[in-house]
Amino acid sequence: MTPDALQAAAQHPKPRARAPRATLGVAEDDVAFASFDTKVIHRFLAFLKPHGPAFIWAQVAVLTAAMTQLAIPAIIGKAVNAAVVRQEAMLDLALVAFVGLVIVYLVTSFLEQWLSARLAQRVIFDIRRKLFAHCQDISLSFTDKTHVGRIMSRLQSDVNTLQDLLETSTGAVGDLVMLIGISVVLVSMDWRLGLLTLTVLPPMLVVRAVWLPYSKKSFLDARDASSTANSALAENINGVRTVQENRREAINFELYKEKAHDNFRAQVGAAWMTQIMTPMVDILTGFAMAIVIIVGGGAVLDGRLEVGVMVAFIFYLQRFFEPVRMLSMQYTVMQRAMAAAHRIFEMLDVPVAIQDVPSAVALRGESPTVEFRNVTFGYDPKRPVLHDICLKVEPREVVALVGPTGSGKTSIISLAHRFYDADQGQVLVGGHNVRDVTLNSLGRMIAMVLQEPFLFTGTIEENIRYSTLEATTEDVVAAAKAVCAHDFIIRLPDGYQTRLGQRGRNLSMGQRQLLSFARALVADPQILILDEATANIDSFTESAIQKALKVLFAGRTCIVIAHRLATIRDADRIVVMKQGRILEEGSHETLLQSGGLYFQLCASAHASFDDNAQDVSAQASSAT
Amino acid sequence: MRHRKIESGSADSGMAPSDAETLRVDINQMPRVLLRITRLALRHQGKMALAIACSIGSAAASLALPRLFGTAVDEAQVLLSGGNSPQATIHAALWTTAFLAITATFIRGILTMYAGYLGEYVSQQVAYDLRLRFFRQMQNLSFGFHDRVHSGDLITRGMLDLEGTRVFIQNGVLQTVSLLLLLGFAGVMMVSTDPSMAVIGLLFVPIAGLALARMGFLLRVAWLRIQELMANLTLTMEENLQGVRVVRAFAAKNFEMSKFDKASIDTLNQAYKRIILRGRGLSAMTLSFYASMGALLWYGGHQVAVGAMTAGRVMEFLTYMSLMQTPIRQVAMIFNSAARATSAGSRLFEILDLQPEIADRPQAAQLVAGAGILRFDKVGFAYANAAMALSDICFEVGPGQTLGIVGPAGSGKSTIASLVPRFYDVTEGSITIDGQDVRNVTLASLRQYVSLVPQEAFLFDNSIGHNVAYSDPWMPDERIVESAVTAQIHDHISTLPQTYVTRVGERGLALSGGQRQRLTIARGVAPQPGVIIFDDSAAAIDSVTERRVRDALAGATRTKATIIIAHRLSSLMHADEIVVLEAGRIVERGTHEQLVAFGKTYAETFRMQSQAATLDAHQLTPGDDAV
Repeated sequence: MTPDALQAAAQHPKPRARAPRATLGVAEDDVAFASFDTKVIHRFLAFLKPHGPAFIWAQVAVLTAAMTQLAIPAIIGKAVNAAVVRQEAMLDLALVAFVGLVIVYLVTSFLEQWLSARLAQRVIFDIRRKLFAHCQDISLSFTDKTHVGRIMSRLQSDVNTLQDLLETSTGAVGDLVMLIGISVVLVSMDWRLGLLTLTVLPPMLVVRAVWLPYSKKSFLDARDASSTANSALAENINGVRTVQENRREAINFELYKEKAHDNFRAQVGAAWMTQIMTPMVDILTGFAMAIVIIVGGGAVLDGRLEVGVMVAFIFYLQRFFEPVRMLSMQYTVMQRAMAAAHRIFEMLDVPVAIQDVPSAVALRGESPTVEFRNVTFGYDPKRPVLHDICLKVEPREVVALVGPTGSGKTSIISLAHRFYDADQGQVLVGGHNVRDVTLNSLGRMIAMVLQEPFLFTGTIEENIRYSTLEATTEDVVAAAKAVCAHDFIIRLPDGYQTRLGQRGRNLSMGQRQLLSFARALVADPQILILDEATANIDSFTESAIQKALKVLFAGRTCIVIAHRLATIRDADRIVVMKQGRILEEGSHETLLQSGGLYFQLCASAHASFDDNAQDVSAQASSAT
Repeated sequence: MRHRKIESGSADSGMAPSDAETLRVDINQMPRVLLRITRLALRHQGKMALAIACSIGSAAASLALPRLFGTAVDEAQVLLSGGNSPQATIHAALWTTAFLAITATFIRGILTMYAGYLGEYVSQQVAYDLRLRFFRQMQNLSFGFHDRVHSGDLITRGMLDLEGTRVFIQNGVLQTVSLLLLLGFAGVMMVSTDPSMAVIGLLFVPIAGLALARMGFLLRVAWLRIQELMANLTLTMEENLQGVRVVRAFAAKNFEMSKFDKASIDTLNQAYKRIILRGRGLSAMTLSFYASMGALLWYGGHQVAVGAMTAGRVMEFLTYMSLMQTPIRQVAMIFNSAARATSAGSRLFEILDLQPEIADRPQAAQLVAGAGILRFDKVGFAYANAAMALSDICFEVGPGQTLGIVGPAGSGKSTIASLVPRFYDVTEGSITIDGQDVRNVTLASLRQYVSLVPQEAFLFDNSIGHNVAYSDPWMPDERIVESAVTAQIHDHISTLPQTYVTRVGERGLALSGGQRQRLTIARGVAPQPGVIIFDDSAAAIDSVTERRVRDALAGATRTKATIIIAHRLSSLMHADEIVVLEAGRIVERGTHEQLVAFGKTYAETFRMQSQAATLDAHQLTPGDDAV
């Protein structure tokens, strides 16, 4: 576009006949409600089992509380009756009973709350722990495929939904008892008046039943609208630099406005659905009262009914509809909990592919060799990424793996550490099949440095020590010194005690890499697996890394996915891979002499494979 | 989430206050913040007035009920108490009372519904206005602000704090009004009917009110503490999952479980404390309520027994008490909501009240594009409260020319890049494009003319086409393809089953780091800018592909000024001029040949990099071939 055209474009907006390619935010797509499933309930109850006594006591408390609550209006009725017939002794007796009931109610309702809330917290604690522990054993293919946010929502929001259910369900039992209790009491006090009054219950239930599906839809709409608007906001904040770089402010504001308005309408709609039940309940209460006044009043007039009974009726009626409301809300909570429980169990059902066999032995003192015997492997067994790999790495030998993207280098090192199990053939470490040794001892023998260093929240010292808890501060410092990380660490404000914000983003990539080297060194493994980072690193750190690598390799068996010529030259053996097979292997010199792929690669210092290279040699030669 | 490398120590300085703030509820702030929220609600005068009128009506109807029940009881026992009205009259009176009771409940129901609905309506309306203001503010606040404040914190403010503010209108303002109305009416009616009974019956109100107010407030504080512990737990779990390969590599399951247990047990214990707090508050309420009722029953009962009072009066007072029980319970909610709104509101308003540091000047004109000369004249720059990040930077990039910038991390390279589209304002000197100071032209025209391709590729969870056409959603399809071809990503896109409508981003197709960067480059060239800056945006691309991108760009950028920032010297060896930055100053400048001959920093770096030359793709995302 010429400057003039640009000018014109800035002044005259383009014709906007078609809709823009623009959206903002992504809505939640988890199922919110699920119907009841006895299997899910059964599994859920298993979590309650260890807390049986607490559960039973909570139920006892809720029943007692409900009973006393039921008895209180009856006692009030008795007191009024006694007063009316001027029996002061009876009145005092009733009052004493009243005080007694109140004390029981006070204690039991506190216990009910306390026990059930504690139980809910405890069960949730157990479920979350079990989920988290399961995540530690789950196959890596699952975590590769599943976004961390998804797993986190299982661990957080789904678990919280279950907590809601648990906290309210004891109360729901109480509500149910109240509802039945009030009906029984009313009928037993005066069966005719009781039954007559209870006639308002069926219309109430019908109204609720009609209302429920509509309200559910409107609540779901509100939830979706709110999640859409919020995700649009989150997206815009996370990408605010891109938004400003591309001048998308005005367009995004319009898009957001639309979503915010949809949300407004949905929320108001849901509010309407909630409020509309208020007059329904009130009017039906009014009718029940009217029945008591006319029929009950008439009966009192005829001397068929004591005035205290009429008082008790009016009291009971005022409490009658609250349980109905609570119970129908509980129904929704239960459906949501079912959906959440379903997802949680789905997660717990993800098979643990890699675990210790019962007869697993601990590796100890074996000579540090790694051997692949005719290994074939695929993340999807139908599409192997490694074919019939045979490779033996001798003790203290450094082997460099070289090859284009997709050649299977990463898969090889993942198998050596038993992140996955081979489909065919055997992987042996220290002469044992990795399937027959304990994962713990395997982890002690092999340390791994990943291409992208991962740092945890915490201090630098904690990050270097990581799970090698027996390492002293001196060990940590020694390791840092050995990998040339000490100098930059002590220049940080708090030295080794500097806390890493946001997974170490305040450090450069190269510095993070050095810390992960130090972490491996502290673990002092006999076998080291290293996926060399290729991130652009400033020249000072680059030379530090090259020195550090030499320290790391010294006296260890090493498998390195190598990218640097320097690293490759230092290796005892170079294994060139292509499309899941070993193409050639040997020392730098022998490979150069043989004139194969390695030779072609080395012919150019800047040689490269494209991401989707099909023909590596062609790529390599075209690059020169 | 995107975390940009800021070449300055000031990046984290803004985070501390916002984190600490969540933990306490500042009582001194309370009146000011709550008043401000109330004023926001009062902007919708009509609806608020109507809501309050409905509350008054519903309180009145509600309080008519005890009197009616009392009357009914008295009417019914009129025979017993020795009255001599004819039966028919009494029956008629009962019918009238019953009718009135239905009417009262009907009116109460309808008015309560409207009051609730209107309250919700107003609060949602306020929330809508706040949402839009917040969103606009997010977009207008400069990079300097976004550097200081963590994006997660902003999202929390825009979602949870906004909700906390909104809810106060309903749960705080309107509930208080209706509670006061009900208490006031009931008090007046009770006192005017029988002062001593009124005192006994109302005794529980101040006691329960205080206990519940305290509970509501403390529950909020306890909740904040739980949230803090939960956040810690979340972080522990999230890091474990994100770093799953490290965890497995070190067989650190037990270590990780112990970290988890510690965080989880802390949360559990705090939750237990909260349960006790709530139990105590509710018990105080129950105790005072029933104590009051017992006293009322004792006093009233004996009065009835001696014939000094009717049973209906006792009934009436007991009903008043039950009517007040539920609203009094809401005191806890009101105070909880007030405490929440105080912290939420102050956090929200804090953002809304900020003045964007970078905005169009009053007389800002459109940028008039000329030959395309970008000039830095003695530019100096410092991030907020930090030492100078750049000093005395001078250079000129003419049409068709390329400037290369190299230097160690933290030397100010990215800062230079962000100054051109005015993401920050210079502290000293000036930046001009064809003689116009970037501060004197409109941001829209400036940023349309200047394209910055950042190092970290932020892609939206959307189709590839959407992402490339991000700067202009009306862009013709040909231009999208053209840009993708320039960025050497078209061939890859063509192999995808859905080509340009393939979804990328968090929930879409996983792209490698290099593919993401090339997509970002396509997005940067798509608007056909006059000045284009690559801020280390080819770091994850292998050198062959990079060279192809560069050749394609040379065709596309013939008349434009180009700045290339890179660690890898091969990316900028060809530039017309290369400047070497160190600690914010230009220490060497010249062409590649001149600088190599000069034999200092640049030459040394070049030697180093030739040694470290890589054998295959420069950067592969971890697990590139594993997934």
